[in-house]
Amino acid sequence: MTFHITVNGEPRSIDAATTLADLVAALGEPPASLATAVNGDFVPRGARATVQLHDGDAVFTFQPITGG
Amino acid sequence: MGLRIGDVALASRFFQGTAGYPSPQVLQDAIAASGTEVVTVSLKRQLAAAGTPNDFYGIIRKAGARMLPNTAGCKTAKEAVTLAHMARELFDTHWIKLEVIGDDYTLQPDPFELLEATRTLVKDGFEVFPYCTDDLVSCQRLLDAGCRILMPWGAPIGSGQGLLNPTALKTLRARLPDALLVVDAGIGSPKDAVQAMELGFDAVLVNTAVSHSHDPVKMARAFKLAVEAGRLAHEAGIMARQEMAVPSTPVTGQPFVL
Repeated sequence: MTFHITVNGEPRSIDAATTLADLVAALGEPPASLATAVNGDFVPRGARATVQLHDGDAVFTFQPITGG
Repeated sequence: MGLRIGDVALASRFFQGTAGYPSPQVLQDAIAASGTEVVTVSLKRQLAAAGTPNDFYGIIRKAGARMLPNTAGCKTAKEAVTLAHMARELFDTHWIKLEVIGDDYTLQPDPFELLEATRTLVKDGFEVFPYCTDDLVSCQRLLDAGCRILMPWGAPIGSGQGLLNPTALKTLRARLPDALLVVDAGIGSPKDAVQAMELGFDAVLVNTAVSHSHDPVKMARAFKLAVEAGRLAHEAGIMARQEMAVPSTPVTGQPFVL
């Protein structure tokens, strides 16, 4: 089964068994270089493997930038 | 002369923003020139085609300055709380410059959402540096919620208008003697930093006035000196203004009475 989710607003199709950790790995970024949230809720790095993604989920990944 | 935030001792009272510099090298040099020990950083939603991480992160780490992440762009307490948790993980610090904006035109903080987010984040173990207005009662409520630091604006973010309401800032200093007060936003030139420090503020936070100057490294040093001068003046005690001239030379009457 395929789920349709968004990652940072972009549509993406994933296998139904995909966890957030799987998704982060698929994005190709070092896992510690970004922070994650699903549907607006923060998901700590250590909990990503336990978060099963669902159809319609909105995943966000954030990275450091300069700021004032 | 130094500043203490919790168990962190700081020699510099100048907090420096890191955005808008012409290059990472200029940012690095400006940090060195200002002697800052606290720099603000942020985080943004990653684009789908994310490239390599910004090299600024390595520069800041190498500079040894403590990072103060902000929650720029948030409009609700819920958003700000989520972003603060992300920042804590990403930057490995429990310090958070809490920004919750209530008006797009002035970027004025929303005092109600700010207070709600503050209450949550203090419970979650954060050291909250709330970006707030100079309204005394809102500031008092933030302290009641567990803040030790307040960051009232001098003027709207990035406007460089200086301290638009020094009377309100003076009132904050007088009424909240135990709070750490940092003027954040609106400082346009070193003279504004001197003014804030002379008013008894504990530190100032400046970004655009340095990064958008023609020579950010030189301007960073100018701010370092201004903050030190203002603080020294405050500690020394500034003379009371007089309505009329008061002779400073101890002469006796007219030199020659003919």
